[in-house]
Amino acid sequence: MRYTYYPGCTAGTTAVEFGHSTEAVCRALGVELVELEDWNCCGASSAHALDHTLSLALPGRNVALAQQAGLDIAIPCPACYQNTLSADNALRQDEEWRRRMESLLGFSYTGRPRPRHILDVLANDVGPEMIRAGVTRPLRGLKVASYYGCVLVRPPEKTGWDDPEHPTTMDRLMEALGATPVEWSYKVDCCGASMTLSISQVVVQLSSRIVAAAIEAGADCIASACGICQINLDTRQEVYKKMPVFYFTELMGLALGLPDTVKWLSKHAVNPLPVLRARGLV
Amino acid sequence: MTIETGIEVGAINQSPPVRAINQSPFWSVVSERSGEHVQNCFYCQKCTAGCPTAYVMDYKPAQLLRLIQLEQKERVLGSTAIWLCVGCETCGTRCPNHIRLAPVMDVLRQMALVEGFAPHPAVYALHRSFLDSIRLWGRVHEVSMLLEYKTRCLLTKPPLFFQGLLSDAKMGASLMLKGKLSLTPERVRRMKDIKELFKPAAQDGSSEV
Repeated sequence: MRYTYYPGCTAGTTAVEFGHSTEAVCRALGVELVELEDWNCCGASSAHALDHTLSLALPGRNVALAQQAGLDIAIPCPACYQNTLSADNALRQDEEWRRRMESLLGFSYTGRPRPRHILDVLANDVGPEMIRAGVTRPLRGLKVASYYGCVLVRPPEKTGWDDPEHPTTMDRLMEALGATPVEWSYKVDCCGASMTLSISQVVVQLSSRIVAAAIEAGADCIASACGICQINLDTRQEVYKKMPVFYFTELMGLALGLPDTVKWLSKHAVNPLPVLRARGLV
Repeated sequence: MTIETGIEVGAINQSPPVRAINQSPFWSVVSERSGEHVQNCFYCQKCTAGCPTAYVMDYKPAQLLRLIQLEQKERVLGSTAIWLCVGCETCGTRCPNHIRLAPVMDVLRQMALVEGFAPHPAVYALHRSFLDSIRLWGRVHEVSMLLEYKTRCLLTKPPLFFQGLLSDAKMGASLMLKGKLSLTPERVRRMKDIKELFKPAAQDGSSEV
């Protein structure tokens, strides 16, 4: 299995443990990630907030760069994923725009590479059978609240995820690792995203509510698939007991027995080791 | 079948025009530019009920749609609501009439900027700093972006001195200690591409970047 890999700006910085764990888990499962040469920022929420054309043009360049290899584009960040999907859709459907971009950037659009989120790649292309076969340390007894966040599954007509209100892709993945997914109703609620810098009290409120709901559901921890969600839930939670927030790839690393896992976990604000120790997992 | 209304048929058509003939109504401009049929809203308020940030908005999402339908352009473009939408797409996913509000909000913000309505200072400062970072490096460099953002906040009138400065500084320090913020930016090699991409966006008149 080979993919063009678009790490995005946070995979080397604020979500460095997401980037590292994604790459290590893929390597362990025989998924080859070929980093997109000279990729640029997708524009995040700022481009579409201020300038619609720019929000299609910036990720459009990444789609352009990926055409020649012809491989699906694996993306760990949901915001990058959604922006790249929008850019690919625009190139696919709007002929005038496609011609403009093709002549500006010097490429020809084939439409073969599809933007894919890394959770989709691991849960559906690799699949639970292969993951189960690789598990050396099952996460037995660990109760996980799978948190998808907002733009990973939405808008459904673009992302085509299993269910925009009640997705179960990550839950099934957690089961394959031997963990117990909990039922809860905040799977796709928004953490406040970029407001963490501009109006942080909103993010404190939204993120705390999500963490409180996970505690109420009896979870030991939250599994996230997004760099912004993880950092918001991890650093902005104001609840009576601190809850660790993992990247789902870190939990995969733990179950697959990857030696770097503890290094990734040391990057978190809420120390996850006590919870893992209590379940005899470290 | 005839319906007795008591109104002469011609009378309705003869009512004075409310705007110049060539000027498209506000709702139709918003519809056309966003690709969303805002006139289909029948005010069930499902969008407002599910919106995570509605509680800090002046007009709630459903109210905003109603105001658009009622041609209340000033109120809509001058609202804080358009700047407090985080684009989570919950409303659009749940709308029984398939109206996605996220692209509508994008269009409204752009119109507000072009027409000189004041944006939410902190939200705007953040987006601007973020785009400036991309323009400069092709990728976002958090440390310099945050410095620009904080400077922009200080230069706002009235200055946003204390808004989260302490907690953000604390968070920044802890991220730095954990090696999650890099002092040196990564730069895209073919920066001329990035410069080109910023150009057409500036030329089509829809932006203020």
